[in-house]
Amino acid sequence: MDQPVVPTDLGEFVELELPARPEVVALARLVVGAVAAVEPLFDEARGADLRLAVSEACTNAIQAQLAGREGSDRDAPIVLRCSVKDGKIKLAVQDHGGGFDPKGLPEHPAVTDPARLDFEGGLGIPIIRLLADDLQFQASPGGTTVVMTFGPRVATEQPFL
Amino acid sequence: MDLRLDVSERDGWSVLQVGGEIDVATAPRLREQLIKLVNDQRFMIVVDLGAVDFIDSTGLGVLIGALKRVRTHDGNLALVCTEPRIVKVFEITGLNQVFQIFPSVDAAVIT
Repeated sequence: MDQPVVPTDLGEFVELELPARPEVVALARLVVGAVAAVEPLFDEARGADLRLAVSEACTNAIQAQLAGREGSDRDAPIVLRCSVKDGKIKLAVQDHGGGFDPKGLPEHPAVTDPARLDFEGGLGIPIIRLLADDLQFQASPGGTTVVMTFGPRVATEQPFL
Repeated sequence: MDLRLDVSERDGWSVLQVGGEIDVATAPRLREQLIKLVNDQRFMIVVDLGAVDFIDSTGLGVLIGALKRVRTHDGNLALVCTEPRIVKVFEITGLNQVFQIFPSVDAAVIT
């Protein structure tokens, strides 16, 4: 028997299947914003952190899937799971983009380096790393599941670049 | 998805007022508008983000690309932004050191 699609340790959760299209990222933000808004410990600023993080994760998922890499399935849905447990919100975004190596990300030049302007992309995962308390990439069938965990604190204002 | 774009001229600058949400769905329209300005020889550009409710890294990438384009023509691209949630995205990415960010269009065009 296959593993259950929904992990059993999530507590209360919301699950959404979204078609892999750019237009649905706004919907993912709306849902995550609503989940954060009903948690009393999560203020508006922290809710904005979660909406930004899920926007980055869903954008990556959709782009990975539409890139048509080997093993990817562009017609499969992106699956967003939001769960609340022990005062923390966990967001999982599952794609069928054929897999991904987070260690293979390019390093950005320092912001003061003129060559920094050659890099228009690649900011998404660094932003998630900064906003989430924990970030994990799990291999899932045909792709990757990005699991982000957020406590109610407001993320550090320290720049990462 | 709602993205509003409006171009006007001000003291030799092209002012692009942006409203709504800038993400992977809407960023292509913003990119097209900025490329059109550069193709029209408009190399001094103010992007007014005052009515922007959301921006993520896709939107930042478009602005970085536009800054690079105008700089190759000795131009400049300044941003107007006061909303703390939007300013924060520039601060945490360090891009507040790459872009000049002003509190108003008036302040931006004086530079």
